[in-house]
Amino acid sequence: MSDHLPVLLVVVPLIAAPIAALIRSVRLSWLIACGASWWALYAAWGLLSRVRGGEVISYALGGWPAPYGIEYRVDAVNAWVILIVAAIASVATPYAYQSVRREVESDRVSLFYSAWILCLTGLLGISVTGDVFNVFVFLEISSLSAYALISLGQDRRALTSAYQYLIMGSIGATFIVIGIGLMYIMTGTLNMMDLSERLPAVMDTRAIPVAFAFLTVGFSLKLALFPLHLWLPNAYTFAPSAVTAFIAATATKVAVYMMLRFFFTVFGAAFAFDVMQVDLILLPLALVAILSTSLVAIHQQNVKRLLAYSSVAQIGYMILGVSLASVAGLTAGLLHLFNHALMKGALFMAMGCVMYRVGSVRIDAMAGLGKKMPWTMAAFVVGGLSIIGVPLTVGFISKWYLVQAALAAGLWWVAALVMVGSLMAVIYIWRVVEVAYLSPAPDGDGVAEAPLAMLIPLWVLVAANVYFGVNAGLTTEVATRAAEILMGVTS
Amino acid sequence: MNILGHFNYWIVIVLMMMGFYTVISRGNLVKKLIGLSLFQTSVFILYISAGKITGGTAPILIDDHGEAAEAASHVLYSNPLPHVLILTAIVVGIATTALGLSLVVRINEAYGTVEEEVIHNRDESL
Amino acid sequence: MSPVTVILAAVLLPVLAAGLVLFLGRWPNLREAVPIATGTALFAMIYSLMDVVRSGEVVRYSLIEVVPGVDLALHIEPLGVLFALVASFLWPVTTLYAVGYMRGHHEENQTRFFTFFAISIGAAMGVAFSANLFTLFAFYEVLTLCTFPLVTHHQTEEARNAGRIYLGILLTTSIAFQLLAIIWAWQVAGTVDFVRGGFLEGTASPLVLNVLLVLFVFGVGKAAVMPFHRWLPAAMVAPTPVSALLHAVAVVKAGVFTVLKVAVYVFGLDLMGELAVTPWLAWTAAATILIGSLVAFTKDNLKARLAYSTISQLSYIVLGAMLANAYGIIGGGMHIAMHAFGKITLFFAAGAIMVAAHEKKISRMHGLGRTMPFTFGAFFIGSLSIIGVPPAGGSWSKWYLGMGTMEAGQVGLLAVLMVSSLLGLVYLLEVPIRAFFSPPPPDSRRPDDVHEAPLPVLIAIGITATATVALFVNPGPFHELMTLLVTP
Repeated sequence: MSDHLPVLLVVVPLIAAPIAALIRSVRLSWLIACGASWWALYAAWGLLSRVRGGEVISYALGGWPAPYGIEYRVDAVNAWVILIVAAIASVATPYAYQSVRREVESDRVSLFYSAWILCLTGLLGISVTGDVFNVFVFLEISSLSAYALISLGQDRRALTSAYQYLIMGSIGATFIVIGIGLMYIMTGTLNMMDLSERLPAVMDTRAIPVAFAFLTVGFSLKLALFPLHLWLPNAYTFAPSAVTAFIAATATKVAVYMMLRFFFTVFGAAFAFDVMQVDLILLPLALVAILSTSLVAIHQQNVKRLLAYSSVAQIGYMILGVSLASVAGLTAGLLHLFNHALMKGALFMAMGCVMYRVGSVRIDAMAGLGKKMPWTMAAFVVGGLSIIGVPLTVGFISKWYLVQAALAAGLWWVAALVMVGSLMAVIYIWRVVEVAYLSPAPDGDGVAEAPLAMLIPLWVLVAANVYFGVNAGLTTEVATRAAEILMGVTS
Repeated sequence: MNILGHFNYWIVIVLMMMGFYTVISRGNLVKKLIGLSLFQTSVFILYISAGKITGGTAPILIDDHGEAAEAASHVLYSNPLPHVLILTAIVVGIATTALGLSLVVRINEAYGTVEEEVIHNRDESL
Repeated sequence: MSPVTVILAAVLLPVLAAGLVLFLGRWPNLREAVPIATGTALFAMIYSLMDVVRSGEVVRYSLIEVVPGVDLALHIEPLGVLFALVASFLWPVTTLYAVGYMRGHHEENQTRFFTFFAISIGAAMGVAFSANLFTLFAFYEVLTLCTFPLVTHHQTEEARNAGRIYLGILLTTSIAFQLLAIIWAWQVAGTVDFVRGGFLEGTASPLVLNVLLVLFVFGVGKAAVMPFHRWLPAAMVAPTPVSALLHAVAVVKAGVFTVLKVAVYVFGLDLMGELAVTPWLAWTAAATILIGSLVAFTKDNLKARLAYSTISQLSYIVLGAMLANAYGIIGGGMHIAMHAFGKITLFFAAGAIMVAAHEKKISRMHGLGRTMPFTFGAFFIGSLSIIGVPPAGGSWSKWYLGMGTMEAGQVGLLAVLMVSSLLGLVYLLEVPIRAFFSPPPPDSRRPDDVHEAPLPVLIAIGITATATVALFVNPGPFHELMTLLVTP
């Protein structure tokens, strides 16, 4: 069976999704979702442990060899991303049960889980495939299910946010198809490895730079790179809490992965950074993202929205690492991919707990929660410290590598601006902490601690935030290996 | 190799821009979706144009040994793959439009309008 | 007990004590006995490390490798032992004091208070024994965060604002400057492990090294070098035991300790002496000394005055480090201890006055000396130590600092030290003199039954005041440790 892991990783959730929809039992469809995500985690771990040493798994779908058939190709880079997605899913799905029961109408819950599993399938599929058109198909599977999930939020603005996301996301996806189409027209292949061999011969044509441009814009839309992030704050704010936690921790990460795969594997770093000089665009945009959206986050009154803007800033950190186009920079970016998933997942889950008990996530609704919901707010504090980058949390590890990469590139002012971003995080996180711990609670609203079924997944993520902040051996090893593969450096 | 020789690509560009412009400029949510569909359709034509080879015939594999096969290997085929890809893309496009329209229906139920500006104002006044 | 066990215990014991405190919250006597017992044991254990330091044995213990090449590690060296000795000695004393103070003042949330207090001490121990810049930084930040609930203890608007300033300045400086400097040092040198004589020499251009030194000095916000000193007066809204132990001893000393440690173990005195920016930083410290003293003059609130005095005195230590010679380091290191004992006595006295007479303003303390002779007597002794005159321990450190300025050929700096001492003479001695020799203010609605503070408070004051004098007679371990630090 382990030979078929790459495809089973995707097929099992893909089959689980319609079953969950057909069963129409809240508990059963939730259990199926749990099973699917845990299976994904098991498969992801199996894949990662096989490719950790630098090996590459190539799986020919249906026995058709590449480049004729669709190839699933797993190396340290996507095994890493798959692990992130699967890990977050297998924590977020158990968490979702209580939260969804409260926030989604009961006759829609089984459909909810069906869309949830489909979204997971799409994200895993994007990561595992080695075929560029297959990327598009899975991208649409994940995106369409994400639009549906977001629209299930309680507030009617969830509908408009989902619509807005649908429009922008579809434009992004269409840009990506245009880019893929142009590449296909020039080379006649859709296989990533095959493309990377055939593209150099046609690099000088006008079509390939145009394809590159379309793809870059498409990915930037999908990963919410400033200034193409406008869909994100509303979508994260009004989606059901569990969906926000899941999507915030995974969807943009996978989009970053797509960008990395196309830039480094398909086009090659030399073309992307020396010929197209995409770093000249990415670096300033990443810095502007970090600073401007952190500033916006400081002024938010809704904590989910605040965290959403913070996400855009954090994506800036990842893209900053990418734009340095060095092993150190990519390592930092890939590390932050994982680390940010952990911290944002924990923070959004904590807000889900607050939503569950208090029914609001506005800052003034947090008053006195430090006493009433001590575990939830403590989790928020740890997650917040991680965002800030306090030592012994994962955020520090990311920052350590990112600043070091910037300094190694001689960009000391970039390093300084990264620190400024951290300080802005102090402000927006502490605004919440201050209200939760220092403001007196309103009397007699009977708010109690969130149910254990939500607290346990939340604290699993919090523990991971600390564990991988103290013992970052595994994460740095895999991230470095992945960065070396992307840069084409063999250690 | 003149401008008219590439007329299908020109159509692609014109359609693409029309669709894109509609998405951006229209405030009516349904019209936006129409624009989006137009935009996606233009890409379909782009792919299909790429599959067309002048003088090419339908790509039917003749499973025959001998002369017929010999002759078949010299026949010029159109590339079938873009059509297959675009079938998938069309399905995706339909799904997108369907989902978008169902969102519009729900929005209409919730707000009583499908005009972006009105919706925006109603949320502001909350 | 092996030295490794001791340093591990030094960090963990206070944290365990914190857990116990939380657990025993319902029984106040038991709850408060825990830190006192733990602290006493801790001091005894750390004192046993003196032998390790004397033998010159290298003890380093790596807890875990966080990222390749950087580990969370503890080690034993003279400066750290000195800081740990001071903090562990004063912790049980302060707890004793806090028992009297918190109960006398009817403070709320005492369990939370004692819990975070203990954790802060654990963090300070971690700072003291950290074996590399990463570990130091980690515990430094933990210390900042654990003291935040103490600063905002009263949860009032004032406390909230103070908390903002406190975190704002300490986190800003540490993240924007110190962390940047640490990562930069790692980038150029490939290591962050403390090495006697420094590890930066020859790793980067002089320009970068100069920038690094500036980043380090200003990055240690806890050293309160101007213009990053505002957090210290702000933190005075905290209950007095916090001001006493944390903002006169543990937190601020962690700051100047970091500066000294960076000077000796990251740059090395030779490199420090060569860098163009070092004298400038020395003069910045000198400016802080003078301005701090002058501002202290203008403060009528006793705790505020003491806070500015602390800012001024901390820069003595920074100045000692920037002199880049053995005398400067000895003086700076000893001043960590001497100032700690002197200043904690002053804060204890200030708190005692607040508890017993409910007075915060110096102008309203006239005549109090007659009813509270013991408290004001101790205040007098503490003042002497801060000013640096016999018979108080502070005279030793000032002596060495003076020698250091001469060695560095900076007569101007010596003059600064002198002037500041004179200023201290006036602004500190004003308090006991007025209390003893001025009549009570006419409008005073002071009740007749004002008497000395509760007994635990008085015992604590007695201990620190006695220690201050004893350290003049015999600066003992502190002098020895600093000599060991500078003799190769």
